[in-house]
Amino acid sequence: MASQNIDSAAELLGKARTGDFAAFQLLIESLQPRVYGLAMRMLRSTHDAEDVTQQTFVALIEHIDSFREESSLATWLLKIATNFALKILRRRKTVSMSSFSDITKEDSYGDLPHPDFIAPWTQTAPQIAERHEFQVELERALDGLDEKYRSVFVLRDIEQLSVRDTAEALGLTESTVKVRLLRARLMLREEMTRRFGDPEQSLRSDHNHE
Amino acid sequence: MTCEELLKALNDYVDGAELNEICEEFAQHLAGCNPCQVVVDNIRQTIALFHHGKPYDLPVAFQDALQGTLKAKWMEKFGEKSINPD
Ligand SMILES: [Zn+2]
Repeated sequence: MASQNIDSAAELLGKARTGDFAAFQLLIESLQPRVYGLAMRMLRSTHDAEDVTQQTFVALIEHIDSFREESSLATWLLKIATNFALKILRRRKTVSMSSFSDITKEDSYGDLPHPDFIAPWTQTAPQIAERHEFQVELERALDGLDEKYRSVFVLRDIEQLSVRDTAEALGLTESTVKVRLLRARLMLREEMTRRFGDPEQSLRSDHNHE
Repeated sequence: MTCEELLKALNDYVDGAELNEICEEFAQHLAGCNPCQVVVDNIRQTIALFHHGKPYDLPVAFQDALQGTLKAKWMEKFGEKSINPD
């Protein structure tokens, strides 16, 4: 396969900004699944995730002239998508009468979930990732998280946004992002270790030990 | 540093923040505490696992519809010529 003609993302952006639709399509090819995946994980609805994805890329077309660097593109898209997803979540909360303020409320380190089942895993992450059904198990584990922890984990650990960008996207302080991320990581660690940890090597955590 | 304090400092350690002071105390505790070692390793594996997750594929019908919407939006902004150059 000839690959010498493949443009870099920077070149594609340059062309897209002058109106080249084909370049735009190539530019967003790998970004579409990320935006859609983020929306699916935040909203758990195909219909809503499709809405968010469409709104996000339409917004990109509207703002394409203002992009100078392609490096900021993914972060910008994920932030915009988060914003659209939050609007949908807010609407859902109004309907269900529970408080949306929960998702933007400050969190503290008090009362962290304590590691309960502690054991080395029988397989490494890349080995587990080769198993066919593993994706389903991951999504199920994510589903088990409260929405406010899930959105932080998805932006920070799956999409690898910085703590600051995650905070900006969700309208939270950086310290709240850090606390929620820690909770999410601890909860998912527990869940994943129950699945993949070796019971014969399980350890007891001694909370009083110095 | 206690196990509890280690738990609170976990993010900075896992994310490789250059907080030498925390890191030194952290490493000291880890060296003498097997359960905390395993917890830290479990968390690293958990993050790696989610990172290995495959991207979501867009439903085919939606992919087509999106393409159409974006194309229309593009023509609105840049004109017909941007889609069908001569
Ligand atoms: Zn310990």
